[in-house]
Amino acid sequence: MKSQLQGLADPSKFQGPISIDGISPEILKSMLNSMSIIRKTEQQLAKGRQEGLIGGPVHLGVGQEAIAVGISQLLQKTDRVFGAHRSHSHLLALNPDFYRLFAEVLGKASGFSKGMGGSMHLFDQANGFFGSTPIVAGTASLAVGAAMAANLQNLNNVGVAYIGDGAVEEGVVHESFNLAKIQNAPVLFAIENNLFSSHMHISLRQPNDKISRFAEANEIPYELVDGNDVVAVFSAAKKQISDMREGKGPRLLELITYRWYGHVDWREDVDVGVNRSTEDLENWKLRDPLKRLCDSMIKKGIWSKEEHDKLDKEIDDKIFKAWNKAIKDDYPHRSSTLKYVYSEQNQEDI
Amino acid sequence: MQTHKYSSAMLSAFEYLLEEYPEVFIIGQGLWSPWYVGDTMTDLDKKFGKERVIDTPVSESACTGAAVGASLAGMKPIVVHPRMDFMIYAMDPIVNQAAKWSHMFGGQAHPGVTIRSIINRGGEQGAQHSQALHAWFAHVPGLRVVMPSTVQDARDLLISSVLCKDPVIYIDDRWLYDLEDEIDDITELDLCDQKPNISVEGIDITIVGSSYASLIARQGAKKLLKDNISAEVIDVRVLNPLDIGPIINSVSKTGHLLVVDSGWKSCGFSSEIVSQVSENLPIGSLKKPPLRLALPDAPAPSSRMLEKDYYPDTDNVIMAVKQILG
Repeated sequence: MKSQLQGLADPSKFQGPISIDGISPEILKSMLNSMSIIRKTEQQLAKGRQEGLIGGPVHLGVGQEAIAVGISQLLQKTDRVFGAHRSHSHLLALNPDFYRLFAEVLGKASGFSKGMGGSMHLFDQANGFFGSTPIVAGTASLAVGAAMAANLQNLNNVGVAYIGDGAVEEGVVHESFNLAKIQNAPVLFAIENNLFSSHMHISLRQPNDKISRFAEANEIPYELVDGNDVVAVFSAAKKQISDMREGKGPRLLELITYRWYGHVDWREDVDVGVNRSTEDLENWKLRDPLKRLCDSMIKKGIWSKEEHDKLDKEIDDKIFKAWNKAIKDDYPHRSSTLKYVYSEQNQEDI
Repeated sequence: MQTHKYSSAMLSAFEYLLEEYPEVFIIGQGLWSPWYVGDTMTDLDKKFGKERVIDTPVSESACTGAAVGASLAGMKPIVVHPRMDFMIYAMDPIVNQAAKWSHMFGGQAHPGVTIRSIINRGGEQGAQHSQALHAWFAHVPGLRVVMPSTVQDARDLLISSVLCKDPVIYIDDRWLYDLEDEIDDITELDLCDQKPNISVEGIDITIVGSSYASLIARQGAKKLLKDNISAEVIDVRVLNPLDIGPIINSVSKTGHLLVVDSGWKSCGFSSEIVSQVSENLPIGSLKKPPLRLALPDAPAPSSRMLEKDYYPDTDNVIMAVKQILG
């Protein structure tokens, strides 16, 4: 397959600093902080899983942090964000409460979903995170509907559907593109194209690696962006989300990225990944979205290595404490299994 | 009191909901050309606008999912599937998303979506335009499944379904549309309080049914009086979550049970009724083995001669009762 991604699929490219011109230092620092939190939170989850403290699967997105962080800078608490199986970053970029994420992944009642969801079913509607569920593409149409609701409610809120390159192989995504367009629904299809669906490289699944070709087919305006350049993500999302708030209908943002871990859990999975080589992985690690931002800020004189080391240490300390607190938290009460099936039983208990 | 047909009672429920609740909207195929749905939705788009009565692309899955998403954003959407067979395309948003949403997230959000689906049997439409799949949905925790068999319920349970915070599958059968009755003015009922009720009182045998099966049970009971058989008919109304209490009470009294159902027999809704009755009554309560009158385990045939055999009617109910009481 000849890549149609403007060189972005070649990991030996785009490894240098990024352009941060025109972006305020506050926004840059905020994004650096958010990406650092997500990175370290997921690394803790990898460790917890490897040590056997986490009972269920964790789909880690280390290496992909810039996407959720760049987009979430533009979102409001009343927007409607939907995720999938790999959604820790989507939630943490809206609310960096890693303690509640740890608690949820550990199945504790203090977690984001009261310990009923685990890593694959996350919820924080108060901060705009309507929910993530792991049926591939399962929430794409829900995001369209939440965006349609914004139109009916005369609100300028937007829906966001985070989906991957694998999800576009599901029929409902194409139904959703079409429905969003015909309904002029303000929904952003944020396509995290990390070139893999589980173990399969995109060249073995599709005739073309450019997912935004489907935007063209549905007359949805789109942009193809380096997903490991947080400023590029932010700038593209800014324009698109602003258009959506002005009633211009759906948008699609294709973000090229790569995950450092395998499909699930802490292993790198080079051996099981079809077309996933050590060489590629090492190269992709050099296109590190966090390091590229950090280096660019240091180069421009608005950040220093000392400040970064301090930030790292602060986050490490907080994560250590949060993890140990979550470990000691209570599991949901045994009555929870039946209690949450219907709204009525839930109410009785309140 | 007002006189309504089953279909016009449904129409009046839609009008009431759109009038009273700005958060209600309807989405589905054929809504701007309502021959799809009998006369249950006539001119709703003209009266309430095409923004709130949305005819859609041929995308059952995305449209159902969109309604689920809209419900999470504070709307009260109604999805219409004019043929239940096509709704199978929408199983993921119904079964994986809506049914489990509350549970997965610890009861913090509820998709209050109503999915109206029509059983469209007969008329030589064959295997893919005729299915009654209520048992599938009643199997899934988190879904409420409603099947009205009377004119009053057609209207009132539709309103209750839409006002309910949980996802509801509301199923109506076109064979009921011409049923006519005098009904009370609208009172909003809490769906959580709605249970199976006794639609005909009797002492010799209990006949349980829902939707059209309940109608032929009532008609059968009426005719059986001529043979001095007093049948009690229980109309299930809400299949999930099922309150078996009224059925147990009735069978305790009559000692005989016939379950009539418009779905298939194997692993069908009728099986559930018989199982729960068997589990909950002492040995010897049933004086004769119970019987299920349901569809044969075969897809619906198209030819009218075969259709006649395939669908149970009032005479089949009478014969089944006589077989049990033998």
